[in-house]
Amino acid sequence: MTTPTSAGGSPADADATGSAMVLPGPDAAAGGTAVPLGSRGSGQFADIRRRFVRNRLAMVGLAIVTVLIVLAIIGPYVTPYNAFEQNLANTLQPPSADHWFGTDVLGRDLFSGIVYGCRLAILVGLLTVAFSLLIGLTLGAVAGFKGGAWDGIIARFIDVFLAFPPLVGAIVIVRAVGGGVTPVIVALVALGWMTTARLTRGQVLALREAEYVEAARSIGADNRRIVMRHVLPNAIAPVLVYAFTNIGVVIVAMASLSYLGIGVPPDVPEWGRLISQATPFLRVEGKAHLWLAPALAIAITTLGFAFVADGMRDSLDPKLRGGN
Amino acid sequence: MARHDKAAVPQPAHLLEVQDLRVHFQTGGGVVKAVDGVSWHVDAGETLAIVGESGSGKSVSAMTLLGLVPSPPATFPSGRVLLEGRSLLDMPEQQQRRLRGKDIAMIFQDPLTALNPVFRVGEQIAEMIRVHQDVGKMAAKKRAVELLDEVGIPDPRLRATQYPHEFSGGMRQRAMIAMALANDPKVLIADEPTTALDVTVQAQIMSLLEKLQAERDTAIVLITHDLGLVAAHADRIMVMYAGRVVEEGANDEIFTAPRHAYTHGLLSSLTRMDHARPEKLEPIPGQPPNLARVPRGCAFHPRCPFATDACRAEVPLLVPTIPGSAHRHACVHPDEVAVAHDRPREPAPVVTADTPVDERAPMLEVHDLVKHFPIKVGTFVKRTVGEVKAVDGVTLDITEGSTLSLVGESGCGKSTAARAILRLHEPTSGTVELGGRDVTGLSQSQLRAARRDMQIVFQDPYASLNPRMTVRQILSEKYELLGGQVTASTIPDLLETVGLAPEYADRYPHEFSGGQRQRVGIARAIALNPKFVVLDEPVSALDVSIQAQVLNLLEDLQQEFGLTYLFIAHDLSVVRHISDRVAVMYLGGIVEIADRDALFERPHHPYTQALISAVPIPDPAVERSRERIVLTGDVPNPANPPSGCRFRTRCWKHLQLSDDDKRRCIEEPPTLQPASGDDRHQVSCHFAGEREVLR
Repeated sequence: MTTPTSAGGSPADADATGSAMVLPGPDAAAGGTAVPLGSRGSGQFADIRRRFVRNRLAMVGLAIVTVLIVLAIIGPYVTPYNAFEQNLANTLQPPSADHWFGTDVLGRDLFSGIVYGCRLAILVGLLTVAFSLLIGLTLGAVAGFKGGAWDGIIARFIDVFLAFPPLVGAIVIVRAVGGGVTPVIVALVALGWMTTARLTRGQVLALREAEYVEAARSIGADNRRIVMRHVLPNAIAPVLVYAFTNIGVVIVAMASLSYLGIGVPPDVPEWGRLISQATPFLRVEGKAHLWLAPALAIAITTLGFAFVADGMRDSLDPKLRGGN
Repeated sequence: MARHDKAAVPQPAHLLEVQDLRVHFQTGGGVVKAVDGVSWHVDAGETLAIVGESGSGKSVSAMTLLGLVPSPPATFPSGRVLLEGRSLLDMPEQQQRRLRGKDIAMIFQDPLTALNPVFRVGEQIAEMIRVHQDVGKMAAKKRAVELLDEVGIPDPRLRATQYPHEFSGGMRQRAMIAMALANDPKVLIADEPTTALDVTVQAQIMSLLEKLQAERDTAIVLITHDLGLVAAHADRIMVMYAGRVVEEGANDEIFTAPRHAYTHGLLSSLTRMDHARPEKLEPIPGQPPNLARVPRGCAFHPRCPFATDACRAEVPLLVPTIPGSAHRHACVHPDEVAVAHDRPREPAPVVTADTPVDERAPMLEVHDLVKHFPIKVGTFVKRTVGEVKAVDGVTLDITEGSTLSLVGESGCGKSTAARAILRLHEPTSGTVELGGRDVTGLSQSQLRAARRDMQIVFQDPYASLNPRMTVRQILSEKYELLGGQVTASTIPDLLETVGLAPEYADRYPHEFSGGQRQRVGIARAIALNPKFVVLDEPVSALDVSIQAQVLNLLEDLQQEFGLTYLFIAHDLSVVRHISDRVAVMYLGGIVEIADRDALFERPHHPYTQALISAVPIPDPAVERSRERIVLTGDVPNPANPPSGCRFRTRCWKHLQLSDDDKRRCIEEPPTLQPASGDDRHQVSCHFAGEREVLR
């Protein structure tokens, strides 16, 4: 019984079975409705990539995100000054060849500060979203797949967390856990996983009834395998798109907290903190660089991630498939 | 309108005439010539059927008349549409709109999406009237109620105030027809009007359309893929392939003397319910072409057994079969086709087993299988307020190597029964034995191992394959889970067995056509030599020519590997072709079970008789003399089935009984009893009796 059925299906049988066994030759394949030429062996991933590459805005976003990530990794090693080094003799300088973005109220090089801030922003953005995904995907998948009491409990849990006003909630959590970058991440994860969970739950709920899930069960797959191989891979696209959009939101949220003086220590050149320190100079002529630089940094980062997320959504959308 | 009358319009030749219509779509993959030079006409009181497989362009030409084809992306390189001699497409947009819905109306395939869910049905019909006629609100509403009454909706005054979701499928289609008839159109375009409906409801709708046509002298354009429907209802037939007309003529001419190779191929791939010995199906090989890359010359030549160089050279023109005849074809080899069509068909291979089917041991024994779905309410604390009795005591057995078909209309529980047998749904009670082993008692891990012996092929080839896995991954998963050696030749051999090229192994499901995907699904089911395979409507989502390919494949696999099939179907023609035994289900229970020929030729249960009589036979000569039993109403809600005999609310025989006998139907549920003393033919009816319904 270990011999596969196919052992009997030698090509010789094709004759006996008559015209039913139409081996679609190259001709039929070329004419076949669902067999586009040139996509042979390329698979869905290649299709998705092709659509993404064709999206100009998405490629701009990808360029921005790539530059930001490279800056975050190598930035502090290549910036002209130490971002923390104060020089009280050289404060509030306008942009120049020595200091590209000028210096701040403590005489620190603003360009180096922005680059250091970038590292913080990317780190917090990615870690927060990664942890939110982990929690959201797990709880969402359990709620959607198990249903019943599991679903009820997880749904109420989500409601409780959603009931917190985000900013106030974050302040409370950071104050409770203590200062620094880690509490900020904890707070943002605690208040950010719910949408991911809901989204996942909805996707899983719909896919749980898919015929290919039943097909997997009919060949003896257990729940774990069904969720990991058949449900999640098909459910994950919109969740990932959402997560990517959310990176920008998280970065803005961290900046808002720092602007209010919560989270990272005061001497760290975090973007929100830099804006907050520049507030007294908002109406002072010639000092616009102080707030413009960090504000633009936040805006460009957020837009970059949003463009990529949009591109992902469009290239993953099955409705556009085969269209263009 | 009066202004037009002054220019004495010559008497138009036809009520509606389409001349040399071309509809092209600009897409990234090239120009899709959905309709490429099509002409047709229809006269008052006449039914023209436009027949073709999916992608043949049969719907597009009719949709164009109604302005339902968006432009862009569509372009119309040529074509004229004449309604009573006036050119429709040359009129100003506003005037065109006035004619659409008034002189030309349309019935769509899916009445649920065609009716607006947020307006009452009566309001929607009244709206339709008021757009085209100068009548008051109240008068329009009154007319709407009358129309609902005319299309046979009981209690029309109440029904007019309901929303579409409160209507059943058949009722909705009636409401759609009422709406289409609201302005007494001269031409009614029916695009697959009954495809979404059950066969007994289809019979109701078609007889309604015929009655209305006779009363109003309406011209009907019937667009369909169902040749049985065409044989029963069309006056003239136009066959389309790849955007062009390949053959047209009177109903009888097309069915008895086709002259185009495609028409002949289509007719040869049909399963027929009225044939005592099924003949081997002769499917058309290959698949319909992609309309962006239609083959040169005759578009059908790559699939055509008669093709010669002349066919590849240029597009053949429509020519009369004999000079002056309205039967025209666009085939280079009409004489060869004629000879081939008159040749008797090869009989199906006879299963030459050592022991006859009825003496072999049963492979599957199902005893008193029950599956009830609880109806629960409440968010946190769930209370059970009722049960949907989807399967309510099904007993059957299937002999080794044979096929039992479970037939019935949607909602009768046939699919649920099959899933309960496989324990894909946990049965509420009852036992299932496979090869003498009780499946219902197995633990989850034992059950997983037992799945090796019992497999399923699903209905929807688009939904049953994981879109993110390649064919190789899909097939290897089974070996991974159920323990089997995957060698380098396993997957290629498996693909070859189901008639797919081994090179396809690394493709994703979306790169295949429906028929090819179904072959992948079959390959998954037959890998590792199962004993028993459930075929859940395996061909109902496929085009006729592809259906025949897959049916032949299933028969060949059964012979080769000695498979036992449970075939779930609503299409009785297919059932007659493939089954050894047939069980008819109604509302969760089996009402009749018998060997195939006995069931079709000597049905005893009134429901079986109605079901068989409702299926049109693709032969106009047979159809003309057949009497149809038209059932009233719809299948009752299985959560609240009628007392006694569940079929009595729709039973034609029940109506003819005396009051005492009627009471028996209402009070006493019938059980399966041998029909006329034959143990292999059992029927569940107090007043069972034979009735001829095939011819």
